[in-house]
Amino acid sequence: MSEGILVVAEQHNGAFRKAAFEVLSEGRRLADSMNTDLTAVVIGSGIENIAGEPGKYGADNILTADDAALADYNTDAYTNVLAGIVKLKNPALIILGASIHGKDLAARLAARLDAGLVMECIEIQLINDKLIFTRPMYGGKILAELEIEGRTQIVAIRPNVMSIKESNKAGRVEKVDARIGDVNTSVVEKLIEEGDKIELTEADIVVAGGHGTNGDFAAIEELASLLGGAVGASRFAVDEGWRPHSDQVGQTGKIVSPSLYIACGISGAIQHAAGMSTSKNIVAINKDPDAPLFSKADIGIVGDLAELVPAITEEIKKIQG
Amino acid sequence: MDIVVLVKQVPDTESLIQIAGDGVSIKTDTIKWVMNPYDELAVEEALRIRDTQSGSVTILSMGPKRSVKTIQTALAMGADKAVHLNDPQAEGSDSLATAKILAAALKDIPYDLIIAGQRAVDQDNFQVGAAVAEYLSIPQISQITKEEISDGKIKCHRTVEGAIEVVEASLPALLTTQRGLNDPRYTTLPGIMKAKKKPMETKVLADIGIDPDTVGESNRKVKITALKLPPERGGVTMIDGGSVSEKAAALVSKLHDDLRII
Repeated sequence: MSEGILVVAEQHNGAFRKAAFEVLSEGRRLADSMNTDLTAVVIGSGIENIAGEPGKYGADNILTADDAALADYNTDAYTNVLAGIVKLKNPALIILGASIHGKDLAARLAARLDAGLVMECIEIQLINDKLIFTRPMYGGKILAELEIEGRTQIVAIRPNVMSIKESNKAGRVEKVDARIGDVNTSVVEKLIEEGDKIELTEADIVVAGGHGTNGDFAAIEELASLLGGAVGASRFAVDEGWRPHSDQVGQTGKIVSPSLYIACGISGAIQHAAGMSTSKNIVAINKDPDAPLFSKADIGIVGDLAELVPAITEEIKKIQG
Repeated sequence: MDIVVLVKQVPDTESLIQIAGDGVSIKTDTIKWVMNPYDELAVEEALRIRDTQSGSVTILSMGPKRSVKTIQTALAMGADKAVHLNDPQAEGSDSLATAKILAAALKDIPYDLIIAGQRAVDQDNFQVGAAVAEYLSIPQISQITKEEISDGKIKCHRTVEGAIEVVEASLPALLTTQRGLNDPRYTTLPGIMKAKKKPMETKVLADIGIDPDTVGESNRKVKITALKLPPERGGVTMIDGGSVSEKAAALVSKLHDDLRII
């Protein structure tokens, strides 16, 4: 009989990702309503000093797979280790964060275990003892409710959607025998991105620019940096070469759910809206009063962004003193 | 270098998606069907590798009859041949079943490299590539923006949160694409004419040894119980009137004092 919830708490270089606390908090909430235990899995190298942290976010037990071969994320090694732990613990539900690595791992694990996987989940409900998972499809134009059949259910949660909640639990740490097995891929180099750039999918505030910027993102960058946020871009801006592909928000780019999304000079094609419609608050700035994005926004301003964005920056400087 | 590209036909990203009467599927009559944009990157990359290393590019696609048009597009871009899996009993398969079918078909196609889109922009599952790699027991490198092949190994760049990783795998391997990998070529009239003469095999589940009772709509592990439209937002509040700085101040006051998000 499968029981318990297993959460994979993702860490990079000895620090947990924000998404790790989101999946732990959600795991705790479900464990309480299902009256079961929450076990966190931490995979990495030299992680003993952070291993207890998941206890703060509700883990009853923490399993660490600590091995030099696990220092960098590696599909084969991580899947082998995690599949070994699943075999041992036989959980009913496995929760991961849908980061780049998380999605890669979840998909391989699902195939290995022959288990159903719900990717990029944004809501989990327990209805009549059944888990109902909600996830966007068609780039967010549709929300699907899903059930998973079978002994083990796997879900990867979209970053920045679930709230973080502290709840001190025992967090008993146990080191497991990491069975690394056959490994056919290796990270040969890691190029760390410059400075303290905030990852778009994890940012609490995103300031994005499109066609209306005419390629000048200086004011948008200044506003984003002042707010501690990240810069996003429409497909048009990326296709024009104004911004790197990694900044693209939309159906064929990144999907973001910040607390605040400020769209500057983005008309709001269906494919862009797909990437940002789950943002909690949306501000649209556009000189065209008929821009479709106004209908998706909470607050709109018609005007020239070349004037408005620096003026907003000035106003924020005033309140920040 | 023999390369197989996994291709799927999907609704154009500008399409309006409407829920069908059954509440669990979408209306398909008004949709414009195109090649999955991430698969265009996959086809383009395969062609570039073939053109520098020699070898062949085979398109493998599962879907109903209308998928032929998308397969023809891939052939018109320059792929050499295609296998079309068209069996009504495969329809509605979930990601794992789809991957099982594709992996079974790949047993009859020689490959050194398989390239797939990171996801199909219909159900956005991000699963089929990894599952095919698992069923074939080959390594996968997902969401790549650059690749380099030498001495039977492939080295790929992948952008993750906060870093670019360079990942190496031995061949055969499966890659999935990320935007930035390349700019897919457009088809040309001569390309389209040539495509019509290129070999395309059509197969059903029995041809690849798949039991229809293990796949398709009725054997989904992940069942769609309902589709709904995303909740409507409360409507837009426009900040009108006043000078640029008055508008800016009104916005900042709303975000700071009312919503408390900055």
